[in-house]
Amino acid sequence: MTPAAHDHLYILYNLISKDFKIRYRNMSLGIFWSLLNPIIMVTVLTYVFTKVFPQPIHNYPLFLLIGLVPFNFFTLAWATGTNSILDNAALVKKVRFHREVIPISVVLGNVVHFLIQVVILLALLLLFGRGLNRHWLWLPVIFGLEIIFVCGMALAFSALDVHYRDTRYVVESANMVLFWMVPIFYDIGQVPVRYTLLYELNPVAAVVHACRLILLNATAPPFSLLEKLTLVSFGALAAGLLLFRRMKKEFADYL
Amino acid sequence: MTLIELQNVGKRYFLHRKRQLLAERVASRIRRGRVSFWALRNVDLRIDAGETVGIIGANGAGKSTLLSIAVGVSAPTEGIVIQRGRVAALLELGSGFHPDLTGRENIHLNAALLGYTRAMVLKRIDPIIDFAGIADFIDEPLRTYSSGMMARLGFSVAIHLDPDILVLDEVLAVGDQDFQRKCMERISEFRRQGKTLLFVSHSAQTVESLCRRAVWLEMGRVRRDGPAAEVIAEYTRGVSAVSV
Repeated sequence: MTPAAHDHLYILYNLISKDFKIRYRNMSLGIFWSLLNPIIMVTVLTYVFTKVFPQPIHNYPLFLLIGLVPFNFFTLAWATGTNSILDNAALVKKVRFHREVIPISVVLGNVVHFLIQVVILLALLLLFGRGLNRHWLWLPVIFGLEIIFVCGMALAFSALDVHYRDTRYVVESANMVLFWMVPIFYDIGQVPVRYTLLYELNPVAAVVHACRLILLNATAPPFSLLEKLTLVSFGALAAGLLLFRRMKKEFADYL
Repeated sequence: MTLIELQNVGKRYFLHRKRQLLAERVASRIRRGRVSFWALRNVDLRIDAGETVGIIGANGAGKSTLLSIAVGVSAPTEGIVIQRGRVAALLELGSGFHPDLTGRENIHLNAALLGYTRAMVLKRIDPIIDFAGIADFIDEPLRTYSSGMMARLGFSVAIHLDPDILVLDEVLAVGDQDFQRKCMERISEFRRQGKTLLFVSHSAQTVESLCRRAVWLEMGRVRRDGPAAEVIAEYTRGVSAVSV
């Protein structure tokens, strides 16, 4: 199943723009929908955690947003990536091409939304007096690792979803749990020490933690954190590719 | 040069799709008593460059399964499939098209998936639209197209991408007479260029007019493989004998 001389960039571009067009063509608010969700979440969570359960955290809305942006990217990309093979069943059944490009294009489509939100987040940080610092250079590395991790997860779960249609509900539930298990509305410093390893091994939590260190404390993320993040992300990508490769031969039979 | 080669190919499907609950899955794995059937078995087929091959057979004989294995969309359960050259396959009306994209966007998406670069597509897009005869609708979403328009667009994309092998599965039946004639002319031209055609149809006449060689499939096996006229004569005799 190796078609010759494919222009993979052209394929990715077409698949990504397809998803965008399908998603936004019939919506009057268009791409602003992807910004509405973080705004609402920040508002509600700020109310809860400054008025109902006050947190000893300075500049809470910004603190929240740094947690929400990488978290939202992960959950959306993972969930839509998981559904991607089934959503494109018509293509998979009738056209021969490297199936890997489907989940990867869906993840990259989400990256576009993510980058828009990152730009807004950085603009807000500058606006509210958190100056630029040289550790910002770590951000592309951190986000790159998160993208690699999501690609692995999307590959693995999109393949599983073809055989086991319950997979998407597992992913939905896992995302709900993750909201509490990633330090979004609390700080990783508030977590009892014996549980911190759990956070460091969770790439989403590690990314949020690293972003807060860089953007709020102006310090570089510690090597031990980066090491684990790199290992888990590339491990997930390798596992996802292997699983996908094993299962893709049967896609056409199960769709 | 051999473009498609199938060696002792078999395809088995399982019929355990009634219940997919975890308990059932585990049980059927352990029992190994899953009901299965072979949609194809012991199929040997070699298609050389420049050949025009028609596949005929009753419903459920395995024609579509054979095509999807030959073009690499689905994997065989046993046997070997070797395929060289660029394939354009129209396995179904509007296959690979998305209803919410416009005709033009679908051309780009389809061509990209079939392995063409942007430059190659831009060079061909006007002839594609022209041949399909749907210029007024090319920037409308595909869901507004009639099935005839979809067939025109699909065929036009496949033939203009200049493949080494053109694979067609019953798609011409939908177009009107005028378009069918245009397609036939285009296919003859394609043949004259020494290109390869693999074609599935219920219509013995279409196969006879387009193909030099015919393969008769029956219950997943090759019943007869040879010159189109002979195979079809035998096939129609067999069919009428059964129906009388």
